[in-house]
Amino acid sequence: MSTPILRLVAQRIALGILLLLAVSVLIFAGTQILPGDVAQAILGQSATPEALANLREQLGLNDPAWLRYVHWLGGILHGDFGTAQSSGLDIASSIRVRLKNTLFLAACAAIVAVPLAIVLGLIAVRYRNGFVDKLISGLALASTSFPEFFIGYVLIFVFAVHWQIFPSISTVDETTPFLERLQAVVLPATALTLVVLAHMMRMTRAAILNVMQSAYIETAELKGLKPFDIIRKHAFPNAIAPVVNVVMLNLAYLIVGVVVVEVIFVYPGMGQYLVDHVAKRDVPVVQAVGLIFAAVYISLNIVADIAAILANPRLRHPK
Amino acid sequence: MADSKAQSGKLLDIRNLRIEATVYPPGEAPKTITLVHDVSLTLEKGKVLGLIGESGAGKSTIGLSSMAYGRGGVRITGGEVILNGRDILKAGARGIRALRGREVCYVAQSAAAAFNPAHKLIDQVVEAAMLHGTATRAEAEKRAIALFKKLSLPNPETIGERYPHQVSGGQLQRVMTAMALCSEPDLIVFDEPTTALDVTTQIDVLAAIKDAIRDTHVAALYITHDLAVVAQVSDEIMVLRHGRLVEWGGTRQIIKEPRQEYTNALVSVHEIEHHEQQPGTAPMLSVKNVTAAYGGGHVKVLKNVSVDIYPGQTLAVVGESGSGKSTLARAITGLLPPEQGSVVFDGRTLGNRLADRPKEDLRQLQMIYQMADVAMNPRQTVGTIIGRPLEFYFGMKGRERDKRVAELLDEIEMGKGFIDRYPAELSGGQKQRVCIARSLAAKPKLIICDEVTSALDPLVAHGILKLLLNLQQVEKVAYLFITHDLATVKSIADSIAVMYRGEVVRYGSKSKVLTPPFDAYTELLLSSVPEMEIGWLEKAIKGRRMASAGN
Repeated sequence: MSTPILRLVAQRIALGILLLLAVSVLIFAGTQILPGDVAQAILGQSATPEALANLREQLGLNDPAWLRYVHWLGGILHGDFGTAQSSGLDIASSIRVRLKNTLFLAACAAIVAVPLAIVLGLIAVRYRNGFVDKLISGLALASTSFPEFFIGYVLIFVFAVHWQIFPSISTVDETTPFLERLQAVVLPATALTLVVLAHMMRMTRAAILNVMQSAYIETAELKGLKPFDIIRKHAFPNAIAPVVNVVMLNLAYLIVGVVVVEVIFVYPGMGQYLVDHVAKRDVPVVQAVGLIFAAVYISLNIVADIAAILANPRLRHPK
Repeated sequence: MADSKAQSGKLLDIRNLRIEATVYPPGEAPKTITLVHDVSLTLEKGKVLGLIGESGAGKSTIGLSSMAYGRGGVRITGGEVILNGRDILKAGARGIRALRGREVCYVAQSAAAAFNPAHKLIDQVVEAAMLHGTATRAEAEKRAIALFKKLSLPNPETIGERYPHQVSGGQLQRVMTAMALCSEPDLIVFDEPTTALDVTTQIDVLAAIKDAIRDTHVAALYITHDLAVVAQVSDEIMVLRHGRLVEWGGTRQIIKEPRQEYTNALVSVHEIEHHEQQPGTAPMLSVKNVTAAYGGGHVKVLKNVSVDIYPGQTLAVVGESGSGKSTLARAITGLLPPEQGSVVFDGRTLGNRLADRPKEDLRQLQMIYQMADVAMNPRQTVGTIIGRPLEFYFGMKGRERDKRVAELLDEIEMGKGFIDRYPAELSGGQKQRVCIARSLAAKPKLIICDEVTSALDPLVAHGILKLLLNLQQVEKVAYLFITHDLATVKSIADSIAVMYRGEVVRYGSKSKVLTPPFDAYTELLLSSVPEMEIGWLEKAIKGRRMASAGN
């Protein structure tokens, strides 16, 4: 590893941390601006003014905003996200279970979707503008165009109701064994795969086609390489940076954008947790989940940036 | 098959080759054009045939047909290409892949673009040999290192471990030659292998290629537009024009006794008589001790440069790439503010930065660039492009402006029929003429010409040089003529500045600069310009005092 690379990577990570801090401020400020009052929400419309005032005092709602922010952030840095106002449960431990579930679902979808999208992209380039290319692009675009809830219900109808191969409700808990867990997420993971596939596939195709115009592709052709080997060996390594970028964006979507799919399949993940607590106006939970989503998004994009830096031979091997 | 090969000794026999392409002109129906009209050629084993002609002559297209390859949408529609006794056009995709990189290898014009930036050089050099099973990895690497040595590359054992961006252009071109030789082919197609290089680097690469061809007994098709270059390496030369054969003969016959008028024009293209003007009393523009750098002062590209330009005269700035020629132009125009020194124009010091200069100063200094097609807005007509400076500097409008545009088009010998044309509808030479007209429209006192003929074919470049000289007579405009081509310098300059690594190493009137005794660099530069003389290359290599900077 050379110093310019280390410096670039360190720069990206520092920027990411700074960005995350800025996001935490925004999240905190945003939830303060929202109308509604936690004390009111907890006690209901019939609460007496005295009870409300007492509860506000107890929750620290009367402190100035910046002090509450410092307390909040300080707690998070120590792993303490506070307690959910609606249920009184510790947020960190609830999130731990939920986050694990969400990551499991996202990982299952990603393991299938990413290689599939890239291979389909490579095949589309190999038969560019031909029947195979149009078929792949057409099917992928069609699957993306359908809303996720539609795909979800179609999958439930076909595989859970009609053929009864997979469960329609993906409820799992901490005691569920791995294989059962896997069986439970097959349908939601499939729905997610269909949603993110086209974007990654089209981007892979476009990035590689761009590289296919280069003179070194002609060199490879004139060495007698087979078309698919040219794409794999000579075009793909030079298209990694844009492909990694779009893959990371989609991975982030798999983690932070699964709300609809989780609700359809009644899967106990982060998305459902968030939706439940937004409805209850439970500000600490919404803040915590928002911050975790932001952290996931930012770190995946840092990974993409670093991968793009490492993929560039000019940076990896300076003169 | 082996018998027929032995009997005839013919390696390649192209018969009545016809190559077509479909073009899609804007706003018209697609049409088929013929790029190569029934060309035939034969090449014996171990011989070198030079294919020569201007761009569009079909030389690369013919060269690539020996690998059954059509670049872009090009199709081979007729004739036979018989390689080692069989018609490769009938070989099918698998048969064609088996011969590419095995029987025929290709050396491209720009090795910098032809190497994959993501892989080490050695992996790319041995790839074809391993693919076709002519060698194991270890054998192929051994062979590659031997070839690196033969092509006099530095550190032959380890240079393969480098990536393409880590070696210079001249070295890369030699690595590409090694790559072609590594699978021990019968034929190599060299497609302008030295055109993109500096003259001082070109001579080394040329010598390396010539030695390699001699020692490995490989046959070659050597494609170039430079007759002097091809005369050094070929046994025979074929002259092509517009996809048709003009003349085919031995190298000596083609360059000494050309039978066709066109060949004659190619042979004699370099000479324009230009009488040197004596410097006047006061220079119009003086560059005084200018030092300039890129990257916040880290990379010094100009070191204490001083030159003068006299009214109505031409100062030529010569040197190889990286010598600071174009940076000098950027410093004069204010695009790159100098760190030290000043630029004096008409007796007053110009602002260092572009933003500090009034419109009138900007008008007096105009520029013409190497790449005419990227220097014009593709969506504007010729009339708009030339009319723009008229509006901007003189506030001309409507009929008055159109009249002046028509006059300018007459001056550049194009006529007002071109007013409504778009750049894409013009040839390379016409585009450069439009750029000249645009710069003249501002009525400047000085035009900076940055490699304006380098991208053009010799005959077209010749026309542009003549036009520039005529315009100088009529408009009394001065030129700062940046070039790496010494033949152009002789045709156009009144005084010359030779630049080397950011410094002016020789400066004076043309006759003084080009008269011995020379300093080492000027001599290297002068002796590296290919001459149309058989045996020039060996003589020039023998007589050298210093190595070129590109190595």
